[in-house]
Amino acid sequence: MAQYDVVIIGGGPGGYNAAIRAGQLGLKVAIIEGRGVLGGTCLNVGCMPSKALLHASELYAAAAGPEFKALGIEVQPKLNLKQMMAQKQESVTALTKGVEFLMKKNKVDYIKGWGRIEGPGKVVVKADDGAETVLEAKNIVIATGSEPTPLPGVAIDNGRIVDSTGALALPEVPKSLIVIGAGVIGLELGSVWRRLGAEVTVVEYLDRICPGTDTEVANAFQKVLAKQGMSFKLGAKVTGAKASAKGVALTVEPVAGGAAETLNADYVLVAIGRRPYTRGLGLETVGIEPDKRGVIANDHFKTSAPGVWVIGDVTSGPMLAHKAEDEGVACIELIAGKAGHVNYGIIPGVIYTSPEVATVGKTEEELKAAGVAYKVGKFPFAANSRAKINHETDGFVKVLADATTDRILGVHMLGPNVGDMIAEYCVAMEFAGASEDVARTCHPHPTRSEALRQAAMGVEGWTMQA
Amino acid sequence: MADILTPTLGESVSEATIARWTKKAGDAVKKDEILVELETDKVSLEVASPADGVLAEIVTPVGATVVPGARLGSVTEGAAGAKPAAAPAPTPAAQPAPAPAPAPVAAPAAALAPSVQRIVSETGLNPASVAGTGKDGRITKGDALAALATPASAPAAAASAPRAPGEREERVKMTRLRQTIARRLKEAQNTAAMLTTFNEVDMTAVMALRNQYKDVFEKRHGVKLGFMSFFVRAAVAALKAYPDVNAEIDGQDVIYKNHYDIGVAVGTDKGLVVPVLRDADVLSLAEIEKTIGSLGKRARDGQLSIDDMQGGTFTITNGGVYGSLMSTPILNAPQSGILGMHAIKERPMAVAGKVEIRPMMYIALTYDHRIVDGGGAVSFLVAIKNAIEDPQRLLLDL
Repeated sequence: MAQYDVVIIGGGPGGYNAAIRAGQLGLKVAIIEGRGVLGGTCLNVGCMPSKALLHASELYAAAAGPEFKALGIEVQPKLNLKQMMAQKQESVTALTKGVEFLMKKNKVDYIKGWGRIEGPGKVVVKADDGAETVLEAKNIVIATGSEPTPLPGVAIDNGRIVDSTGALALPEVPKSLIVIGAGVIGLELGSVWRRLGAEVTVVEYLDRICPGTDTEVANAFQKVLAKQGMSFKLGAKVTGAKASAKGVALTVEPVAGGAAETLNADYVLVAIGRRPYTRGLGLETVGIEPDKRGVIANDHFKTSAPGVWVIGDVTSGPMLAHKAEDEGVACIELIAGKAGHVNYGIIPGVIYTSPEVATVGKTEEELKAAGVAYKVGKFPFAANSRAKINHETDGFVKVLADATTDRILGVHMLGPNVGDMIAEYCVAMEFAGASEDVARTCHPHPTRSEALRQAAMGVEGWTMQA
Repeated sequence: MADILTPTLGESVSEATIARWTKKAGDAVKKDEILVELETDKVSLEVASPADGVLAEIVTPVGATVVPGARLGSVTEGAAGAKPAAAPAPTPAAQPAPAPAPAPVAAPAAALAPSVQRIVSETGLNPASVAGTGKDGRITKGDALAALATPASAPAAAASAPRAPGEREERVKMTRLRQTIARRLKEAQNTAAMLTTFNEVDMTAVMALRNQYKDVFEKRHGVKLGFMSFFVRAAVAALKAYPDVNAEIDGQDVIYKNHYDIGVAVGTDKGLVVPVLRDADVLSLAEIEKTIGSLGKRARDGQLSIDDMQGGTFTITNGGVYGSLMSTPILNAPQSGILGMHAIKERPMAVAGKVEIRPMMYIALTYDHRIVDGGGAVSFLVAIKNAIEDPQRLLLDL
């Protein structure tokens, strides 16, 4: 029986980063993955393929729409969806191979098959051919991730009614697409198909898009998306769906009450959220009981069972790859007797539309609710020279800082490239930085990052370029 | 998990300040390796790691005040740290090489955040006096603003006068040692009825004796023969003759001490400390010189322990090393007497009707008049004068 210091169940960003860290620290480690490839949802059917399509579709839309023409480039682009999907898959395959290489490099045993816990310190892996291998583990890390949440009455068949995985591989550009759920996934994938020519309608139960995001940013974001041709049906509840060979008839009624209506579309994307994945994991053999939503509770990544740890989407906190990655590293460091730590107050969130949305820390609503006195600094990209030159003037940067100490409490942005640029504020906040610290840090000109600095200046009222 | 605890600080020492952490959380540490330096009213203390492992947590940052037994932090034991029993530690080989010790926490000026740098430059705030709450104890803008808002450290002129006060004056927090010196000296003045009596000593005889035997003495005992040993000897003899000076007042009582533990004041770069020469009455001159030498060295190296400085019954201070000709020492409470030695100067003296040039030293005795009468004090000082002027008396117990 193979013996390990750490056995990780799940090869997504949480699991594989944990495995790398364990290898670096000299622990004997195995990672179990049943999908056949490493990388989890993120690499295979999530972040990465969606970014491949977002990038390609953005270029297509720029070429097909008025944007290229305005720049003096006149072309008649022709969409080759098959090639677009093929290049997406090539990139994904290359990335998963890269992860596999990292496992070898860090002396991690990659074991293919579905892992389940069978009592304390024991993990059984069932391969595709049914063969079972038993591993002995001093520490077990559950990193099994999440799966799309189904919507009662709207059965996903991945034909006409698809989840995020299906929406990444539609066989054609729909004439019409209904997206149920105005969250990150729905808006990103809705954007992809909108740019490729689909009429996209987003149906959302709440009366706003992107719940949890700073309201001012969410409202501005919705306006930009509407300008791009996306339509919204907010405060609407989907009560049923009838799929046929040609399309879907969706029954929708207002949450506030009123007459139900039927919406017809070629395809429907169900993107109402994700839920923890714990099926067949053998949790009962070590006495772990997930809560109603399937979440395995943790205290510094420790579950209620000794020697069993949990990270990523399957435990509490935002379902984000980078959060899982940080938890994986911290969890392994704790196992190795080091001081692993995740700062949950500073986990950025990004929506990779065009323009992008990026947020970190507290929203204005949260600060109000907590009774914190704060100051706001804001700067529009319309006043940023580089954004202006690039015709990317939608959006703004908003910095929230403590009224007394000037400590940065939250940053919320809508604009070009903000998903990359927010890392600057993450560092500042990690060091308990003040808005003045960013305001007094030299930024390169001409870049869009200058907008971040000008917004910081705005907190204490000395924005210079607007 | 092993806690790092504040050690016993010694009698009458109730708290200490964290002066420095030599490691940061997450660093590998070895048992008995020094982790923390504490500053108390009297000395610096070092606290060692209770176990091999990893410094898991620092509870008390630099500048924090702690009491004996207080938890300073904790060390996760074992090469790879402690874990629940069902999850035994990974193989020792799993532990990577310990990371090199990081720089001390106190950030040099160049490492200040831009906002803090600006505040320091504009207001003259001393960053060393600000307790940082940021990552790894860094000073945040909020910390700096809070420090400015504290009346004690807010330069009053800063608001109205734009000129940088930092160049004209500097505000530095007193060390605990300095605070204690200040407090104790003032307490002594407020409590005792202090009075100083003077006399002068002709050093001719003792200098001649020293010159005659210094080489032999050094060869024999491995230590130089100084004057301090004679004064200690003379003081012990005088204390035996005038026990009031070796006593202390405790409420309604007077405590007479039948032991002769002589404090010898030593100047160090951090302030004056007074290590105690134990049972000076049974020490030979050579033993006195040796002990004073080693106490002085340890004082200057900051290595004196609390025990080295407690329990003296009488003190000798020698301002002469700095050139002082006369002074009125302050009592080292609760003692009742302190002898001040001074510089030796050649002066014209009337000796048997003729003027002679003699090496002379003024000596002073500050005493607590509540317990020592004037006559006793003067006689005490005369006894010392006689012993030094005629050292043979010491031999004969006269």
